Amino acid sequence: MPRFGMVIDTKKCVGCMDCVVACKTENNVPEGYNRDWIVQAVNGTFPNLNLEIRSERCNHCENPPCVTTCPTGASHINKLGGVVLVEHDWCIGCKACLASCPYDARFIHPEGYADKCTFCIHRVEKGMQPACVSVCPTHCMYFGDLDDPQSEVSKLLNTRKNYTLLPDAGTKPKIFYLT
Amino acid sequence: MQEITSTRNNHLIDPVFNAWGWEIPVYLFLGGMVAGMMIISGYFIYKGRSGEKNCSCHYLPIISLILLTLGMFALFLDLEHKKYFWRLYMTFKIASPMSWGSWILLFVYPALFLNFILGLPEKIRMKYSFLNNVYEKLSFSKSFVKLISFSNITLGVALGIYTGILLSALAARPLWNSPILGILFLVSGLSSAAAFVHLIARDINERELLARADNNFLSIEIIIFILYFIGMLSSTRAHINAADILLTGSYAAVFWVFVMGMGIIIPLIIQSLAVRHKIQHNPAAPIMVIFGGFFLRYVIVFAGQFSSYDVAALLNKF
Repeated sequence: MPRFGMVIDTKKCVGCMDCVVACKTENNVPEGYNRDWIVQAVNGTFPNLNLEIRSERCNHCENPPCVTTCPTGASHINKLGGVVLVEHDWCIGCKACLASCPYDARFIHPEGYADKCTFCIHRVEKGMQPACVSVCPTHCMYFGDLDDPQSEVSKLLNTRKNYTLLPDAGTKPKIFYLT
Repeated sequence: MQEITSTRNNHLIDPVFNAWGWEIPVYLFLGGMVAGMMIISGYFIYKGRSGEKNCSCHYLPIISLILLTLGMFALFLDLEHKKYFWRLYMTFKIASPMSWGSWILLFVYPALFLNFILGLPEKIRMKYSFLNNVYEKLSFSKSFVKLISFSNITLGVALGIYTGILLSALAARPLWNSPILGILFLVSGLSSAAAFVHLIARDINERELLARADNNFLSIEIIIFILYFIGMLSSTRAHINAADILLTGSYAAVFWVFVMGMGIIIPLIIQSLAVRHKIQHNPAAPIMVIFGGFFLRYVIVFAGQFSSYDVAALLNKF
């Protein structure tokens, strides 16, 4: 079984938000909500500033607190790829998963269930890339099997410096940022 | 300098996480107070007081049933996908406190109902032969009465602790990351329940007993708060920042004035003087304790949502 993850090159990302638009279009994300988003982090003191741009989304953690705290089992880890998903008809909208996610990656869909990035599992099952990855004009996003040493994501993680968001939260994210 | 801008802007999430409104503190408060009432009425029955006419154990179960139902209704209002609430009872998730809570509540109702029948006045029992039959069967066996008292105490403790663990299991909010919240909410629930019984008790000795008990609960609460803050302040940067929200930050005024001052310290002083017969018992102290119990949940729920692992984002929020 593959273990899907994503690698995002912050040196290439220009924050064009194509990934955001592609996600909203592909997944019919309602107006006013986002499954992925752009973060711009500025560090330093003027004029010596450093700008990092990141495309962020659910980290599909290996130790996902949203799955642990879900009282109905609606939040679950998918057999294919270890992707964290929500079964809409099992979700009662209690918001425990929203409160337990350190990345605030979830939101309540206007229809009442908890919603978030699915790694476009419906596309991945057909052998395609997630929508955000497929449209990125700077090719800064890579998607693949973290357990396959020959995959592009594994090679990048072996050769480039990288980090995950909030590692102290202990969730073991599967989205890695190259620096 | 670190400045972060995000295009996320999701409802209930940005700019500050605010998924839970008034419904959750109301539910946690009523659930905690009912837990305390179950323990108190269970204790009175265990002590063999169910035969006494003036014992509060006769009317606490019906008050508990009403308050718990109101609390559960508040909880139901908070659900965003209401038509699927029954899914809670289609599974049991051992790692989810909410799943534990929903199953505990399923056992709490029959325990309270049996306790309620045990305390029914004769007049009402005689009107409804069904209730009288159940009562006679229940009170016939002493061991059954003890079982009712034991189940009320045990389920009361479970309910009280669960209301705190519910929050502490949500690992993303550092202010909630302490299992001591379970004990804090249990003791606070006991304290609110003792104050409530103090207010409505017909028996003077019972009132005196509950005032003394409440003084102990309030003192223990202070100790638990100290331990809670020691735990927070000696932990990670996220936890220190979280504790500061209560101690000196944006929720400090509500915390110090309504929770610690009016909710614990002032009523503790008043009741300590009252039980030493230096001043008369008055309803001000128990009323303050009850309001303090509510504000405790309110502050912990809202300040907890305000706390975050994302320290940089947190700094921007201040």
